[in-house]
Amino acid sequence: MQLKIQRYDPEADVRPYLKAYTVDLNQVQGMMLLDVLEYIKDHLDPTLSIRRSCGGGVCGSDGMNVNGKNVLACQTQLATLPEDVTIYPMPGMPVVRDLVVDMSQFYKHFESVEPYLQPKQLPKDHEQIQSIEDRAKLDGLYECIMCGCCTSACPSSWWNPDKFVGPQGLLTAARFVADSRDGQKEKRLDNLSGKYKLYRCRGIFSCTTVCPKGLNPTQAIADLRSAQEDV
Amino acid sequence: MTVSTQVFDAIVIGAGGAGMRASLALGVEGKRVAVISKVFPTRSHTVAAQGGINAALSNYDADDNWKYHFYDTVKGSDFLGDQHAIEYMCREAPRSIIELEHWGMPFSRDEKGKIYQRAFGGQSRFYGKEKVRRTCAVADRTGHALLHTLYQQNVAHNTQFYSEWFALELVKNKQGHFVGVTAINISDGSKCFFAAKQTILATGGAGRIYEQSTNAYICTGDGLGMAWRHNIGLQDMEMWQFHPTGLYGTGILISEGTRGEGGRLRNAQGDYYMSGYSKNADLACRDIVARSSVQEILAGRGCGPDKDHVHLDLTDLDEDTIRNKLPGITEIAQVYAGVDPRKEPLPVVPTVHYLMGGIPTTEYGQVIEHTPGGDKVIPGLYAVGECACVSVHGANRLGANSLLDLVVFGRAAGHHVAQLDETQPLVYDQDDIDQGFATYTQMMKRTSGIAHSVIRSKLQKIMQRDFGVYRNHSEMQSGLQALKQLKHDYDHSCYFADKSKVFNTNKIEALEVGNLLDVALSTAYASLYRTESRGAHSRMDYPERDDTNWCVHSVVYADESTVKRPVNVAPNEVKPVILEVRD
Ligand SMILES: Cc1cc2nc3c(=O)[nH]c(=O)nc-3n(C[C@H](O)[C@H](O)[C@H](O)COP(=O)(O)OP(=O)(O)OC[C@H]3O[C@@H](n4cnc5c(N)ncnc54)[C@H](O)[C@@H]3O)c2cc1C
Repeated sequence: MQLKIQRYDPEADVRPYLKAYTVDLNQVQGMMLLDVLEYIKDHLDPTLSIRRSCGGGVCGSDGMNVNGKNVLACQTQLATLPEDVTIYPMPGMPVVRDLVVDMSQFYKHFESVEPYLQPKQLPKDHEQIQSIEDRAKLDGLYECIMCGCCTSACPSSWWNPDKFVGPQGLLTAARFVADSRDGQKEKRLDNLSGKYKLYRCRGIFSCTTVCPKGLNPTQAIADLRSAQEDV
Repeated sequence: MTVSTQVFDAIVIGAGGAGMRASLALGVEGKRVAVISKVFPTRSHTVAAQGGINAALSNYDADDNWKYHFYDTVKGSDFLGDQHAIEYMCREAPRSIIELEHWGMPFSRDEKGKIYQRAFGGQSRFYGKEKVRRTCAVADRTGHALLHTLYQQNVAHNTQFYSEWFALELVKNKQGHFVGVTAINISDGSKCFFAAKQTILATGGAGRIYEQSTNAYICTGDGLGMAWRHNIGLQDMEMWQFHPTGLYGTGILISEGTRGEGGRLRNAQGDYYMSGYSKNADLACRDIVARSSVQEILAGRGCGPDKDHVHLDLTDLDEDTIRNKLPGITEIAQVYAGVDPRKEPLPVVPTVHYLMGGIPTTEYGQVIEHTPGGDKVIPGLYAVGECACVSVHGANRLGANSLLDLVVFGRAAGHHVAQLDETQPLVYDQDDIDQGFATYTQMMKRTSGIAHSVIRSKLQKIMQRDFGVYRNHSEMQSGLQALKQLKHDYDHSCYFADKSKVFNTNKIEALEVGNLLDVALSTAYASLYRTESRGAHSRMDYPERDDTNWCVHSVVYADESTVKRPVNVAPNEVKPVILEVRD
């Protein structure tokens, strides 16, 4: 496999550049792109920096742009890749080094939607009751792993990275609005009005196309809009 | 290079389930706490937990009781668990789960709208008489839901996180008090001494000492290494749980929830073999199931061209169960094995999963030293979660008891620290801090030597080969010799090429290998020390459980000394469980 990987160390490099690696896949244990990157780090070039943790598609560390699409390296099968692979860091976020991006803005947007349950009156000694149907409304929303693939692929986020909440933030907002246990639905929806929130989404669907968990932020945003019209 | 100092009321090292539950307990009490984590909190390994978290809520099966949960846990531990700690955990369990639910954890639900509970291994009602559904679940993503919920609550409470900071060494003052930790900022290489009167270790597991593991890359036992290097004895380090169903070839976990929902293990001949090994069949304890699978493989009944794994058959489960209760497993099977679990069995093999042993503590998380006169609390240091050994899991952990351990003892430790009436001043000097950077500085200077990746790969092969499901003296002894050589190589010539400051993962990994080595050595010492078979520790040369000599914790030290520490058999409210044979 021929890989070109964007490298950049702010201490040493004036600007990012592409570095080529040739990897004999017979030498690589495992069948995912992350296994190849680990192989490069261990055998070809120890200076390559990436983030990774679980290696199984749940921690959301290793988002990167592979042949033009944001993916998680640990769940990208080698069998699905062509012989030539070009890897960039996720776009739209400042590069810290190599494939590692600065996600602080992304996390701030997450925090801005008050991402925690604000319950109604809590029962004393037992759980809040939630029907199977009400619980099902959280499916497709709560599974987000905060990898950033969606927000990084969103043109509206590229134009206004500091202002637009972005698909991840809005998906999180939708998760709490949809929760029958939450007591602040109206406040939450109120907080989403304003130029850089719900209506900055232009329905481009990039977020949904890239989400490695198969979630649909565009739909969540549409649902939030109709909920807002309902109140 | 300059070192800054930051002072807090308390420091938590680790932002997994245990660390973030502890930090919440401290935050609620208004303490100034720093949470240091080498990854962003939601990337901690707790996120990967699948099956669930135990509590006797009786949502499905009436009359479940924490006392049955207590009994099952003691028995599951093969009587090596401390009964007062198990009592504490099981009694606190229902309240802890309800608290998580109140914080927004999106539990699956039953028809009455209560928390969904499923069957898991080793769970019974009426003291072993009937199976019971006790495992509270969020589909098969319980860890993700738990970790994100705790993170959300910490955001709500303005917890101060130091994400992508790597903790190097604990710092101890001349009076023998722990006073904080040295750390480097991964993002820019800067160094800091985090000072506090109390430090809580919550650094998680160390499964990466093995070649095949269900654990994340980051599970390198850093906290265990830090304690070990301060000559704190580690307890029951021979007790490594092999999960019966790691996905063959990748090690990725296939939750026990699959068997809880009705899945069964099968050999190459198509026999559902577990009923031949245990009356609990596929829901026997993990040590028993793992050994049974290895027996099948050794008898030539393994699957595949190399007859080196077995099959997990989910094809009898109905569509609904697969879709609603096991969606994550379906995705894993498809992405990582190319198998549709509705149509074909999954290739699985016992895979290292969890460390029952660790840093010995009281039920409030205080780290203890065992002396001839009894246990002594080590001032300034706590440990919770997988790196700790309180010990509720003994020689074999019951599935879904770890997440419970995290929240129960995370809370207990945080609460205990918050209540301390600490009047002694925080004392340390420059020399104490410098020691905490000594190894790091030395490694930064080394310009040639053996790459850490070479040492790591050798280490993992040794552990896989000589310290597996079945063990015996001669192999473990040769494994230990090889480990000692590696330790020597590491100390004298381990080298990383990259000396840059910004997000240098080469350097971080080299430091992690030092911790892996310490954990591997402690495992080797303890495994050789315990001359019996109990729970997860199965010796071919000592195949029987030896209650006369070994119903005790093993404690091993970096200088290779060993001691036995009594198991607690004095719960407060209930009668102790008396030794019996497990089935
Ligand atoms: C695949 C899988 C599935 C599981 N499923 C279940 C289940 O269904 N039910 C159950 O009860 N248990 C389950 N377990 C076990 C359980 O998930 C773990 O034991 C538990 O999550 C460990 O939590 P922790 O808080 O102790 O550590 P972790 O969640 O591993 O967190 C460790 C933290 O320490 C930090 N850290 C470590 N070293 C350093 C350092 N040097 N400097 C700074 N920070 C550091 C890390 O960044 C991280 O934040 C499962 C385990 C695995 C591997």
